[in-house]
Amino acid sequence: MSEKQHSHDLPFWRKYIFSLDHKVIGIQYGITGLLFLFFGFCLMMLMRWQLAYPGQPLPVIGNLFSERMMVGGIMLPEFYNQLGAMHGTIMVFLGVVPLAVGGFGNYLVPLQIGAPDMAFPKLNMMSYWVYFLGGVAMIASFFLPEGAAQSGWTSYPPLANIAASGQTVWLIGMVFLITSSLLGSINFIVTIVQLRAEGLSFFRLPFFVWAQFVTSFLLLLAFPPLEAAGVLQLMDRLAGTSFFMPSGLVVAGKALEVSGGGNPLLWQHLFWFLAHPEVYVLILPAMGIVAEVFATNTRKPIYGYKSMVCSVIFLGFMSFIVWAHHMFLTGMSAKMSSFFQITTMIISIPSVILLTALALSLWGGSIRFSTPMLFAIAFLPMFGIGGLTGLPLGLAASDIHLHDTYYVIGHFHYVVAPGTIFALFAGVYHWYPKVTGRKMSEILGKIHFFLSIVLINGVFMPMFILGLAGVSRRLYDQMQFAHAQPTQPLNVFMSVCAWLLGLAQIPFIINIFGSLIWGKKVDNNPWEATTLEWAAPSPPPHGNFDAVPEVYRGPYEYSVPGQKHDFWPQNMAKEN
Amino acid sequence: MQKYYGWGLPYNASAYGADVDRLIYLLHGFMILLFVGWLIFLVVALFKFRSRPGHQATYKPDHFKAPTYIEVGVALFEAFLLIGFSFPIAKHVRTLPPKGEALEVRVVAEQFAWNIHYPGPDGVFGKTDIQLMVPANPVGLDRNDPAAKDDITVINQLHVPVNKPVIVHLSSKDVIHSFFLPVMRVKQDVIPGQNVPVWFQAKDTGNFEIACAQLCGLGHYRMRGFLIVEQPEQFAAWQAKYAPKVPAPAPVQTPASPVTVAKE
Amino acid sequence: MSDNGIRYISKPHPVTGVTNSKLGIWCFLASEVMLFGGLFSAYVLLRASAPSWPHGSDLLNVPLATLNTLVLITSSVTMVMAWASLALKDFSKYKRYMAATILLALVFLAVKSVEYAHKFEHHHFPSTNTFYAIYFTLTGLHGLHVLGGVVVNTYFLFPGSALWKKDPEQFKGRIECAGLYWHFVDLVWIFLFPVLYLL
Repeated sequence: MSEKQHSHDLPFWRKYIFSLDHKVIGIQYGITGLLFLFFGFCLMMLMRWQLAYPGQPLPVIGNLFSERMMVGGIMLPEFYNQLGAMHGTIMVFLGVVPLAVGGFGNYLVPLQIGAPDMAFPKLNMMSYWVYFLGGVAMIASFFLPEGAAQSGWTSYPPLANIAASGQTVWLIGMVFLITSSLLGSINFIVTIVQLRAEGLSFFRLPFFVWAQFVTSFLLLLAFPPLEAAGVLQLMDRLAGTSFFMPSGLVVAGKALEVSGGGNPLLWQHLFWFLAHPEVYVLILPAMGIVAEVFATNTRKPIYGYKSMVCSVIFLGFMSFIVWAHHMFLTGMSAKMSSFFQITTMIISIPSVILLTALALSLWGGSIRFSTPMLFAIAFLPMFGIGGLTGLPLGLAASDIHLHDTYYVIGHFHYVVAPGTIFALFAGVYHWYPKVTGRKMSEILGKIHFFLSIVLINGVFMPMFILGLAGVSRRLYDQMQFAHAQPTQPLNVFMSVCAWLLGLAQIPFIINIFGSLIWGKKVDNNPWEATTLEWAAPSPPPHGNFDAVPEVYRGPYEYSVPGQKHDFWPQNMAKEN
Repeated sequence: MQKYYGWGLPYNASAYGADVDRLIYLLHGFMILLFVGWLIFLVVALFKFRSRPGHQATYKPDHFKAPTYIEVGVALFEAFLLIGFSFPIAKHVRTLPPKGEALEVRVVAEQFAWNIHYPGPDGVFGKTDIQLMVPANPVGLDRNDPAAKDDITVINQLHVPVNKPVIVHLSSKDVIHSFFLPVMRVKQDVIPGQNVPVWFQAKDTGNFEIACAQLCGLGHYRMRGFLIVEQPEQFAAWQAKYAPKVPAPAPVQTPASPVTVAKE
Repeated sequence: MSDNGIRYISKPHPVTGVTNSKLGIWCFLASEVMLFGGLFSAYVLLRASAPSWPHGSDLLNVPLATLNTLVLITSSVTMVMAWASLALKDFSKYKRYMAATILLALVFLAVKSVEYAHKFEHHHFPSTNTFYAIYFTLTGLHGLHVLGGVVVNTYFLFPGSALWKKDPEQFKGRIECAGLYWHFVDLVWIFLFPVLYLL
C-alpha cells in the first residue's frame, strides 16, 4: 500500500502548496529561486544606471521610487548602498543556492539514487517555508523607513552595528535562511547515505550526487559560525553589547556610548569562516550539473570520475581553512598570512583537477551541441577565468593593490554568473523534460545562449581593467577620484551590456512558460541518458519508482563496446 | 593628473611598487598562457569530436599524461610564486624602516575624511584624547601636552618628502576604512581599536591621491585625500607654514630629526 | 518501510547500522558543535585581547551553577532511563522518567531565571561589559536549547507517545534521538560552567 494511490485524494493546498513530495518542493525552490535571481538582477540594473551616469535622473522608472531612495529620479547614496548589499545577499542566499541545492538537489537526488523521496519529507517542506519567510523578511526590509541593509552583504561592524534598522531585519532574515539550509543539508546527507538503491555504491553515484553530498557538509558545518556571529551582531544592535565595538569610538563627532572591549575582526573571522565554504556551495552543484550534461551529450563516461570524486572531497576539507584570504589587509601577522596563502594555493589544485577532468571528458566524445550542452561547455572557460583571476587575489603581495577593487568583483562574478548560473541554465534545459514531460524550444534556447555569453563577458571583463586601475568596490560615484575617472566610459559599456543581458533573458522566460503548452511531449528518456532519474516517467509520479530500482553499473556507461545502443542505463539488468 | 592614471596599473611612484607590479604582470602572463592553452584544447576538442554521421564516441579514450604534468607544473609554479615573490614582497612591505630614518605620521580615518597628524620638529606625537575631538581639533590633540606644542594637524593633505621612508600610523575613529595610495601600492585596512603602521618611500614628486578602499558609509565614494610628494626643502617650508603659531620649546637636538634637510 | 516507501525509519540500514533519524540527529549535533564552537571562539578571542578579564567566580553565582550542573547531569541519567524503559517495554516507567527529565530541565531554567533576575537587579546587563555580554549570550542560547528540549520531550510525553502503540521501534528510536540531543545540551553546559564560572 503506497501513498501514490492516495496522492490524488489530497486537496490542492496539500498537493501543491504544503506538499511533502520532494519534486513539488524542488519546483517550489526552483521557481522561488529564479524569481529572486530576477529580482536581484533588477537591483543590479538599477545600480548600473547610477554607475554609468552618476547623478543623472533615471527616466520614467526613477519617478516610481520614493524620496528616500531617489530624489527627482536621481539615486541617493543610501539607496545605492542598499541595492549593493541586497543584490549580493539576494543572489547568493535567496537565488543561487536555493536554486542549485534546494531546486536541482531536491528534485534530482532522490531520483538519481533510486529513492522514493528524501529521508525526511516534513523537514524538507519546513526547509522551503523557512527559506520563503527569510526571503520575505529580506524583501520587506526595503520598505522600512530607512531602507534595507546597506553595509555590504559582508555586514562588517562597526558600520553594520550602527546602521539603520534594515540591518536588524537582514540579520533576522539570515537566521531564517541559515536554519533552512541546515535542515536541508541534514536531509541531503541522510538521504544520500541511507536511501541509495540496491547496488548503488558510492562510486557508482552520478557526480551530481557527490557534488550535492559535499555541498551539504559545507552547509552543515560552515553556516553555524555565521549564525553565531549573527546572534552576536543582533546582541550588539539590540542589547547594547560590544562584541564588535572597541572602546573609544567617535561617530559624527559624538563619543559612542558602548561598553567597548570588542573587536571588529571577530565578525570578519566568523563571517568568512562560512562565506568561504559558501562559495564552494555556489560552485559544486554547478560542476555536478555540467558533469551530467557532458556525459549525456558526449555519449561517453566522464574522464577521471574517481579523481573528480577525490578532488571534490579534498576541496570540501580545504575550503574550511582558507577563509582569511579575504582578510589579508587587516593587519594580520606574517605567520597567519603565509598559512592562508599556502592553503589558498593548495585549494586551487583540486579546482584545476575538476575543471581539467571536465574538459578532458570532451575528448573522444560524440558531442551534441544542444542548448544545455552549449551552456555547459561555456561554463569551462568562464569558470576558468574566474578561477585564474583568483590567483592575484590569493597572493597577499598582489592583493595589496587589488583587494576591494573591481578586480574582486570581476573575479567572483565570473565564477558565479557565467560560471554557476550558466550551469544552472544548462540544468534547466536538460531536466525540464523530466519535470514537465515536454522539451524546451532549441531555437529560443540558442538565442538565449548566444546573446547571454557575449553580453555577460561585456559586463564583467572590463571590471579587471577597473580593478588594475585601482577603482574601489562599492563606490556610488567613481568620478570623485582622479585615479578612477579614466575608466568611467567602461561603466557605460558595462551597463548597456547588463541591460541588454536582462533583455536577453526574455527568450528564456518565454521558453519556460511557453514550452509547458507547446513544447514537444517526451517519454521518460528523451536524451537517451543512463542515470536513474531517466528510468522514471516524465514527470515521475509520487513515490518515483514502482519498486526500489536495482543498479548494475556505474553512472556513465555510454558507448560501451559490444552494446547495441550507445547508452546502458544503470538499472538495466540485461545486455543492451 | 591624467598621466598618472588610465586603463591599467596606476603610475608607480613607490620604491617597492615595481616589485608588486612585477608580480602582477607575471601572474597575468601565467594566467593568459594557461587560459589560451585550455581554450585551444577546448576548441580543438569541440571541433574534432562533434557529433556527425558515422562518428562514434570512444568509451575509454587514452589516459592523458599531460594534464598530470601540467597540474604538477601549476602547483610548483604556485609554490615558486609564494616563495619567490609573495612572501618576500609581503615581508618587505611589512618590515618598517628604522624609526630614526623615517618620517612618522599618524592618519586617523573618520567618516569621511583623513585626519593627518605630524609630530613636528621634536619627533614626538602629542597626546590625544577622544574627549577633545571637535571639528577644529579633529584628532583631539591635547595642546597642554608639551610634546604637542609643535604638532601639525591637517585634513586630507598628506605631505611627504621624496626619497625618504614614511611610516603612517593608521587608526580609525568610527568604522573600518582602508587607506589606499594607488601610486604607492599601499593599501591597509584601518580597523577601529587597532593601530596599524604601513610604510612607503616615494621615488617621484607629484600630486597624488588617497582613497578609501573599504565601504564606510554614505560618503565612502568621496573620502578622498591628497598625497603631495615634494622636495625636502618644499616639505620643510610647508611644515614651517603649518606649524602652530605659538612659541615652541627649544627643539630637542636629536640626530635624526625628521625635518632636517639632509641630502641622501 | 513507511507508507511512502522510505526505508530505515525504524529498522537500521544494514551497512551503516543506523536509522535515518539517528544519522540525522548526529548531523544536527555536528552543526550545533560548530554553533557553540563559534561562540566559544568568540569568548577566547575577546578574553585574549582584553586588557583585563574578571574571574567568573567573583561575578557569578558558583553554588547555584553547581546545583544546576548536577540537575542537568541527573536529567541526562533520567533521559537514558526513559529510553531504557522503552527498550524493556515498560511504558509507564518511561513516562515517569521522561516526566522527571522535563521537571529537572524546568528546575534548571528556574535557577537560571533566578540568576538572571539577580544580575538585572544589580544593573548587570549584557551591555555592561564584554564579560557579561558573552556570559548572557552563551547561557542564553544554551537556555533556549534547554527550552527546546523541554518542548520536544513534552511532546514525546503526551501527544507524541501515541506512536508507541503504532510502531514501538520507531518511537523508541525517536526517544533515543531526543536523548542524544539532550546529552549534547548537557555537554555544552559542562563546558560552559567551568569556562564562564570557574576560569
